Amino acid sequence: MSMTGVLRPGHVQLRVLDIEEAVVHYRDYMGLIETHRDDQGRIYLKGWDEQDWFSVVLREADDAGMDHMAFKVLDEETLWRLQSDLKKFGCDVERIPEGELDHCGERVRFVAPTGHVFELYANKDHHGNGIPTTNPAPWPEGLKGMQAVRFDHCLVYGEDLDASVKLFTEVLGFQLTEQIVDGDLQLAAFLTCSMKAHDVAFIRQEGPGKLHHASFLLKTWEEVLRAADIISMKDIPIDIGPTRHGLTRGQTIYFFDPSGNRNEVFAEDSHVYPDTPVLTWTADNIGQAIFYHSRELNERFMGVTTGA
Amino acid sequence: MVLTEQYEVTIVDSDERYICDSTQNLLKGMVQLGRKGIPVGCRGGGCGVCKVQVLSGTYTSKRMSREHVSVEDEAEGRVLACRTWPTSSIELQVVGQLQRAVTR
Ligand code: FES
Ligand SMILES: [Fe+2]
Repeated sequence: MSMTGVLRPGHVQLRVLDIEEAVVHYRDYMGLIETHRDDQGRIYLKGWDEQDWFSVVLREADDAGMDHMAFKVLDEETLWRLQSDLKKFGCDVERIPEGELDHCGERVRFVAPTGHVFELYANKDHHGNGIPTTNPAPWPEGLKGMQAVRFDHCLVYGEDLDASVKLFTEVLGFQLTEQIVDGDLQLAAFLTCSMKAHDVAFIRQEGPGKLHHASFLLKTWEEVLRAADIISMKDIPIDIGPTRHGLTRGQTIYFFDPSGNRNEVFAEDSHVYPDTPVLTWTADNIGQAIFYHSRELNERFMGVTTGA
Repeated sequence: MVLTEQYEVTIVDSDERYICDSTQNLLKGMVQLGRKGIPVGCRGGGCGVCKVQVLSGTYTSKRMSREHVSVEDEAEGRVLACRTWPTSSIELQVVGQLQRAVTR
């Protein structure tokens, strides 16, 4: 086994203004599967091909945004080692007991220098993907809407980009895959703990930490077009796309949930190995880095966020 | 049966006027007619860029992110256009704006 340490984005907990409206969006339109409601009223969902119990938690609140993003780590030994490494780095670390989220083991919570709450955990109950493990079918029947495969990554905005990148690469073992730079200043950093183009990404922006988007994987470009059809049919506020990113090569579309949190669905981005060179985009070419076809920055895409 | 009324909305900053259906929020009414003036963001009450000060007229609002609309704001008619439905003609001023990202 070559993957150790942090394995993957495990879940994101999002604040929504109206939970019943939100669950219609995530379940019926994006096609996530509702797997649980807890006694606080939070709703748990997962992409169809995810094995663990949930990858999205919706919490009704007075404002929109991201409560936290959590990563699954290999095992408990890894969890406690990373907890002590985070402390050594200077993070305030809090232990969230098993069962605070149903079906999830104990979590290690820390606030990144950009102001975002991240968590690590080693255990979550197995749910399965609706396909047997012996002689499996390629996909389960009865999927809805966009048929999102899995929760894939978050992109967040924050001021102290350098320190958050240092924490993720030096403490948590993430790899820088792509970046936007303005001379010596890094404006954006795409980071992976796996072979994906990104598991989390940071963009430099003054002020408190923000959520730019939570992203979900589709299988093909055609599914991205079909997602665009669903966005129009269901009158979902669209942001931009379908288009292609220069960064990560992803084929993508962006839209908003009913509380204003931005979502992405995408297909076919690039892969990296530990020896793959970092790809760099220069600030004078930022339009193409972000939207490969139009090559123009879009004010709303760049400027609209929800809280963290 | 739902009765649909039509109300005139005036954006005083730009003296832009449009007719907004009572079943449409102030922002959607503007966008559908190709009018401009209020910044358009998430259309869900989460980002705050469509914040307006209502100067005259009546309306109903749905829940808006407290991060952008305080209790005081709400009491004084500073609301998010995407979460506000007119119940009379409305005059408003734009308060919100798009932030700039990726700056040095
Ligand atoms: S457009 Fe985001 S709050 Fe209205
Ligand atoms: Fe993304």
